[in-house]
Amino acid sequence: MPAATVGAGRPRGLLASLTTPLLDVLTYPHGPDRYLEMLDPAWSTRQVRAEITDVCHRAPGTVTVLARPNRVWRGFSAGQHVQLSVDIEGARRSRCYSIVTSEQDRSGRLEFTVHAEPDGLVSNHLQQLRPGTVVGLSQAQGPFTLPSPRPEHVVLISGGSGITPVMSIARTLRDEDRGGSVTLLHYARTAADVAYREELDELAASGVRVLRSYTREGSGELSGHFCAEHLAGITDAPAWVSGPATLVEGVREHWSTAGLEAELTVEHFTPPAPAPIPDDGAPTGEVSFGDRAVSNSGAPLLEQAEVAGLELPYGCRRGICFSCTQRKTSGTVRYRTSGALSTEPDSDIQLCVTVPIGDVTIDL
Amino acid sequence: MQSLSQKEPTQLTDEQIEAFGAEMDAIRRRVVSQLGEEDAAYIRAVVDAQRKLEIAGRAMLMVGVFPPAWLGGVAALALSKIIDNMEIGHNVMHGQYDWMGDNALNSRDFEWDIVSSAELWKRSHNFQHHTYTNIVGKDRDIGYLMLRITPEQRWNPYYLGNPVYAVLLSFFFQWGVMLHDLEADQLVTGEKSWDEVSDDGKKMAGKALRQVAKDYVLFPALSGPFFLFTLTGNASANMIRNLWAFAIIFCGHFPEEVQTFTEEEAANESRGQWYRRQLLGSGNITGSALFHLMSGNLSHQIEHHLFPDLPARRYQAIAVEVREACERYGLPYNTGGLTKQLGSVFRQLVTLAMPWSAGPSQPREERSALESVKAA
Repeated sequence: MPAATVGAGRPRGLLASLTTPLLDVLTYPHGPDRYLEMLDPAWSTRQVRAEITDVCHRAPGTVTVLARPNRVWRGFSAGQHVQLSVDIEGARRSRCYSIVTSEQDRSGRLEFTVHAEPDGLVSNHLQQLRPGTVVGLSQAQGPFTLPSPRPEHVVLISGGSGITPVMSIARTLRDEDRGGSVTLLHYARTAADVAYREELDELAASGVRVLRSYTREGSGELSGHFCAEHLAGITDAPAWVSGPATLVEGVREHWSTAGLEAELTVEHFTPPAPAPIPDDGAPTGEVSFGDRAVSNSGAPLLEQAEVAGLELPYGCRRGICFSCTQRKTSGTVRYRTSGALSTEPDSDIQLCVTVPIGDVTIDL
Repeated sequence: MQSLSQKEPTQLTDEQIEAFGAEMDAIRRRVVSQLGEEDAAYIRAVVDAQRKLEIAGRAMLMVGVFPPAWLGGVAALALSKIIDNMEIGHNVMHGQYDWMGDNALNSRDFEWDIVSSAELWKRSHNFQHHTYTNIVGKDRDIGYLMLRITPEQRWNPYYLGNPVYAVLLSFFFQWGVMLHDLEADQLVTGEKSWDEVSDDGKKMAGKALRQVAKDYVLFPALSGPFFLFTLTGNASANMIRNLWAFAIIFCGHFPEEVQTFTEEEAANESRGQWYRRQLLGSGNITGSALFHLMSGNLSHQIEHHLFPDLPARRYQAIAVEVREACERYGLPYNTGGLTKQLGSVFRQLVTLAMPWSAGPSQPREERSALESVKAA
């Protein structure tokens, strides 16, 4: 993995290694964070938190922010994403956002651009983000990264809001100034929709081959949606594609026809939360408990886990005691007790009284 | 406490009980749909008050050699521990704030400032006590296995010391709760193996050791020459919390009018019947807003037992509706001031110590024999 730079964790000093265990006992059972955050809400010894320092709106329905992570942040590779969390009406909501920053950036700040999704709870909330707000971050994650040493020729293809990880990679390659060539294909409805259109011009001026297609305006260096002709002259370069499923599948088809699927790295930009599915028919989908998956029988999750041979903790089996609570990472479940739906990713649910609707993943 | 058969308060039909349950379900659904910013801001404000009191208390006890600092320190630290255990700890561990998705306020992760470990406490409290509330033989909170608090517990000479045990338990309540949650008694009955109890014992010991290290070794050591003042101050704060928690908890289930149930009475109960048992098995304490905060809103024990996972700050408003529903259905709603409820608890502790006090209303064997005769 390339060296990570932004706010990379510094080695622990002697003082810290002596005081940390003492601090842990003195602040037991709540831990030092509970008291540190009284001084600064971004301080923590365990969680990555970041203060929003700059906010701007470069295109309609988008917000671009700079966030300064605390010392728990371990750095990132170009193209990776984080789970960013904010409290909305008292409840913490997390969504994945790609880091747009160059690996070579030394400002100690991370850039994110969030496109408002129709009905997107978090993406719309983030449009009103103000400087000074503290958000939660996960460590950087995801395999959408460049190998080291860098390939000589690199093809980057993005559609719509999928431009963000591609910008991180393009900026990094520019800053590394390593020679070789970069071709960047970007698809958007109109030029005004592209938050990074000026920077794309700058990249083009600095020697990156930038090819754009504005599908609704019919303008740009290319025309229409992705097709093999858009890659004229490129036959065997490794490629990174990021965007909606139709674009990703189109590119994948082209690369596999060429027998070069191994050279392709993809990042799907999927809608944040699955829409609730009406629960009127037979049970559908697959339920995953850690690495074990069973097809949904329509019974409460605890029973399905037990049928799958798992021994999970439980108590009352009727929704009172919370002994069987586990983290649902994705999918929709219905509470038998109240009929309420839980659609949010990464939420804690009581397995004994929730029934899966479609695919559900439980993290054990 | 008295058994249901000693005083059947009302004769509701099954339909009426289910209608009552449906009303409780409706209250629950409505409150769940309203949870949001205000509830989150409230619990965070309580946490903020608690940690400020804790820091103030610890700081004052460092210079506890000055009597006003010692007294102020004990008061602040005792308040911090009471709020930590009751309005924050007890309620967070019920999952009341799980919907917030904040790891610091999550029932799976939260640990409290008391010797009993959160994990084992949740098992005995959230599961056993809240599921089998006031069922003699299943709810281990009835008299904490140390006291005779209902005539349904058969008298034996050990209970002559009932009031004395109660006083001792009140002073050392956190250790009593720890032993109770360890369930060592189940070794004797064979419900738990030695290995299970010993595993739990290690968890408890780890937790208790850290509490002791913090309150009785590290903080006193940090006070240097004044260590004795810090040590006695911490011990006093722990004891004040013990007495307060004991008083509030005993008033919640053990006043005379609160009812107990047999396993048969609670077998195969419907949702409506479950609500009814929670109602009849709990008692409220009236008081000011500050009193409700300091009791962790367990002063609304009835509402807490009906809706254990709704944020406790909601109970005061819910109580109005519950009480009104109880009046309509002719169900008793047990409430009273702290002195009345506590007086009632102690009257019983003394009365039930006596060899001539009332025994179980009807031995279980006899009752099932009677029922089989009826069935025949």
